Amino acid sequence: MTDIASPAPKRERSSLLTNPRTRSLLIQGVLFVAVAVALWFFISNGRANLAARNIATGFGFLEQSSGFDISQSLIRYDDTATYGRVFFVGLLNTLLVSGIGIVFATIIGFAVGIARLSKNWLLSKLAEVYVEVIRNLPLLFQILFWYLGVLAAMPAARQSLSLFGLAYVNNRGVVLARPIFGEGSDIVGLALLAGIILAAAMRWWAHRRQMQTGQPFPVIKTALALIFGLPLLAFAATGAPISIEWPELRGFNFSGGIRVLPEFVALLIALSTYTASFIAEIVRAGIMAVSRGQTEAAESLGLRPGPILRLVVVPQALRVIIPPLTSQYLNLTKNSSLGVAIGYPDFFAVFAGTTLNQTGQAIEIIAMTMAVYLTISLITSALMNIYNRRMALVER
Amino acid sequence: MSDIAFVRKEIAPMAPPPLAVGGILGWMRKNLFSGWFNIAMTVMSLALIALILPPLLRFFFFDAVWAGDSREACLGASGACWPFIKAKFGQLVYGFYPIAERWRPDIVFALGAILLAGLLIPRVPFKRWNSILFFGVFPIVALIFLGGGNFSLNQFIIGRIIPLAAMLQGAELFGLTLSFWLDFVVSSVLITAVAYFVANALGADGRFAARAAAALLIGLGAVLLTLDFDFGLVPVETRQWGGLLVTLVVSVTGIVTSLPLGILLALGRRSHLPIVRVFSVCFIEFWRGVPLITVLFFATYMLPLFLPGGLTIDGLLRALIGVALFSAAYMAEVVRGGLQAIPKGQTEAANALGLGYWQTMNKVVMPQALALVIPGIVGNFIGLFKDTTLVLIVALFDLLGQIRAAFSDPSWATPTTLFTGFAFAGVVYFIFCFGMSRYSMFVERRTSAGRRR
Amino acid sequence: MTRMWKVAIAAAALTFPALPASAAGTLDQVKSKGFIQCGVSQGIIGYSAPNDKGEWSGFDVDYCRALAAAIFNDPNKVKFTPLSTKDRFTALQSGEVDILSRNTTWTLDRDTKLGLNFVGTTYYDGQGFMVKKSMKINSALELSGASVCTQTGTTTELNLADYFRNNKMKYEVVAFATVDETIKAYESGRCDVLTTDASQLYSTRLKLASPDDHVILPEIISKEPLGPVVRHGDDQWFDIAKWTFFAMLDAEELGVSSKNVEEMKKSTNPEIRRLLGVEGSLGEGLGLTNDWIVRIVSKVGNYGEVFDRNLGAGSKLKIDRGYNRLWTKGGIQYAPPVR
Repeated sequence: MTDIASPAPKRERSSLLTNPRTRSLLIQGVLFVAVAVALWFFISNGRANLAARNIATGFGFLEQSSGFDISQSLIRYDDTATYGRVFFVGLLNTLLVSGIGIVFATIIGFAVGIARLSKNWLLSKLAEVYVEVIRNLPLLFQILFWYLGVLAAMPAARQSLSLFGLAYVNNRGVVLARPIFGEGSDIVGLALLAGIILAAAMRWWAHRRQMQTGQPFPVIKTALALIFGLPLLAFAATGAPISIEWPELRGFNFSGGIRVLPEFVALLIALSTYTASFIAEIVRAGIMAVSRGQTEAAESLGLRPGPILRLVVVPQALRVIIPPLTSQYLNLTKNSSLGVAIGYPDFFAVFAGTTLNQTGQAIEIIAMTMAVYLTISLITSALMNIYNRRMALVER
Repeated sequence: MSDIAFVRKEIAPMAPPPLAVGGILGWMRKNLFSGWFNIAMTVMSLALIALILPPLLRFFFFDAVWAGDSREACLGASGACWPFIKAKFGQLVYGFYPIAERWRPDIVFALGAILLAGLLIPRVPFKRWNSILFFGVFPIVALIFLGGGNFSLNQFIIGRIIPLAAMLQGAELFGLTLSFWLDFVVSSVLITAVAYFVANALGADGRFAARAAAALLIGLGAVLLTLDFDFGLVPVETRQWGGLLVTLVVSVTGIVTSLPLGILLALGRRSHLPIVRVFSVCFIEFWRGVPLITVLFFATYMLPLFLPGGLTIDGLLRALIGVALFSAAYMAEVVRGGLQAIPKGQTEAANALGLGYWQTMNKVVMPQALALVIPGIVGNFIGLFKDTTLVLIVALFDLLGQIRAAFSDPSWATPTTLFTGFAFAGVVYFIFCFGMSRYSMFVERRTSAGRRR
Repeated sequence: MTRMWKVAIAAAALTFPALPASAAGTLDQVKSKGFIQCGVSQGIIGYSAPNDKGEWSGFDVDYCRALAAAIFNDPNKVKFTPLSTKDRFTALQSGEVDILSRNTTWTLDRDTKLGLNFVGTTYYDGQGFMVKKSMKINSALELSGASVCTQTGTTTELNLADYFRNNKMKYEVVAFATVDETIKAYESGRCDVLTTDASQLYSTRLKLASPDDHVILPEIISKEPLGPVVRHGDDQWFDIAKWTFFAMLDAEELGVSSKNVEEMKKSTNPEIRRLLGVEGSLGEGLGLTNDWIVRIVSKVGNYGEVFDRNLGAGSKLKIDRGYNRLWTKGGIQYAPPVR
């Protein structure tokens, strides 16, 4: 038994480190402990430093009155309101500029993206120049340019540029005529709502009918008629209850009408043109991703150009377009925090700026600020994932 | 002897030419005037060009003031005030970097440009050495030239337990802190020994571990030695850096560090190890979810609150770390897109050949994945370059910051100062970003040449 | 089994926590790094502004230089961090700067909740308004409906709200994060009024293209005691900061200036002898040397000299000393005695 002359076995290399299971446990253990220790290190230092410096902590400050004013707020606000209210004023201002910015960016982006694919050489070159110039300049540069540059070129309040009396442009911003909703205007609003609901129902019905009988129905025309026609009818029937308040020059500035701050306008222009240049590229790539064979197949089935675009190209292009589009929307929302550079009272400026400075509670406030942006982005990501899953189901 | 019945005596009259399909006219007919809609678009485009181009040309060239040395020269002009840029040029490029020392950033610029050109131009040989020089040696050389070197090193590991510094009383030789180097040598020997025994205890090759540890420590020692050595350069603190210098330092560091970090994060996100995956996902989603200015604000003004008292990290460095981590998260998502596009068969084939995880990634998957996402990577680089402007919100003066500071100089207050500054900064940013995007298209064409056939 | 133990030990060795070093006092930290990190404004002429070479000068800057002179006998061992009004307290709280000398108003709220301590009032100021001359406005009470440019995170912003509410006037506030933006917006006509501390208005006016086109209204709507700030909880550093300021006032009161400080050492006046450390060991009580005031006065100057050089008759601003005269000359600057 013992005298079998086998060659001495080489030193076996199957150690704990080469065993996949123990090795993966080891790697993960080390990573986990390292991250935990780092967190513990930062937190314990932070606690010690806060205690040593007698810095107030906690969220009690949200109940205190702020004592400062904000130039634009969508909800009622004055300097006796609390910091908690400042939080919402800022948040709404951020959502306002991002919401409108997203709409404009999408419109401009789609227009430019389609123009880049135009057969007209001049137009496609122009679109390309737009995309290349805007995309290759820093956003902060563009915000400052629109604010400082264009503001400096605007006339003073007394020499305002008038756009048919509907709007005035001066270095205090834009003043728009304001609609005044008189008695009975709620009926017009209800009519609008009814129109939208009816249009949606009609679309659902038309889709079902086409599935069953193959008969198409002029959905878009009917929907437009419903959405615009019903409120107009109601408007006429109730005796035109909506009037317009014209802006008037009085004292330092205009009174009446809706005032739009120049900070808002500059930020909006910069955000939407900048994001539009990215959206244009996304749209172009999306349309080009639909293979030529799809169009040709549709043509051979006898579809006309309109339906080809609507029923074949666009749905497939959208699948490519929408995921990067949402991330552009997210970028726009986060980028709106650059408004702080030109004094637009967005969330970052009034909360992580003024409130932080007046209360000195940096940790709570920065944590809340990051949490807000994180929440917005995680919600969008979640919606995006749901959409992707639906698209994937449709695919097979 | 011919019996041909008809022979044409004179040359037939020329038929009218077909509508030109070639040449300028044909091209124009096809691309500009092929239908009423097309014509309308052409007219609109021409109107737009007529509206925008002449004022721009007038501002940049015809109405611009080219000579002069004070604001008086520009007061009446409606075009750009180039003397303003000339007067502020030093500040725009170097910030407050001492004038007598400006040859140092110049050398760094030149060195960086030469090495980068060597890397970027495909025909230049010695790519391997060049990349080692650029990614390994150049950052240290740049750091020494820009900052002045001769860093004061205090304690390594043993020095934290035994007060060597007090024993040697801070003796220095050529700027080298002796106590530190004694500490370093002793600690290195200890670490190598520990590595040997730990590896042996775990059943691995102890001598290999010891050799690896020693090699790492020698490398670290060489870097530290150069940093500690006194080259006799005047120290210039980072607060004095500014302008284009800061823009380039921040963006180049960000670009060089964010790609490897991003690759690691992307691999982590696709890892089979749950904890690694969860950490990677959290890290990526966190950084992608918050605006960069909150990150910069945190890194600049709040970080010291979370560090032990007395430990200070340079302000520029902190902003750099913030920018690098931020762009690494975005980079990770781009790389992940590339990884997802590589068929599983590739990994399986590599495994079948007996390649390990890192070899598979390094030799099979990554080269293909990265080549696929070059546009995305360069897009990220461009984004990072543009995002460097945000450091001005935390009071670091990059190019845009210097321009903005120059606006408020009353001795150059003219109606066109503002626009001149914007024009200059715009042109500089555009050249860098546009150059990067064009280069990426060139690389893309080269790498996809094989696939296109 | 033994192998598992070895793994456990190795893991424990790897994760040996790096215990945070105990926080040393600010003075020790400053001494060990060899300079003071001083937070200043981003450019208010007369208080703190860099020249073309990036060298800082001004009233607030000189205070930090005096501190450096007292500690290191070298007024240049100080590094400046330009801070916006928005970021200044966070930077001080976190330890990013050792002292904040950035015309900051002393209020109860800031002194307590922010974890800060105010060193003293180096400048008694009040908030004022600046408008364009062409608007022909003579009083702040005519400003109803105006839009007002100010800096965010200041007491100015709060006083403004109070003042307009008290006087039942309407206004629109446009708050910026930095001085430069505020001035640019005012200059481009975004606002009718620029408001900040009166002394700053004078310095801001110098930054405008044509200073003479702008007037400062007579109303002063608030008390703005400006002074340096340190972190709460480090009494030694607080004492040094406080007494550096007092020493500069006492030196002026006793007639000790940068020009005569060497002769004054020979003075027989016991107050001067104590001040200059010829008698007693008062400096050591602070953790400094006994000749610390000699260092301050010879390298930087007394309060009067610093004021004069940066804000007063010797400067471009030419601000009247007003309340900031010594108490012996009809002002309210009054320092506890060095004894």
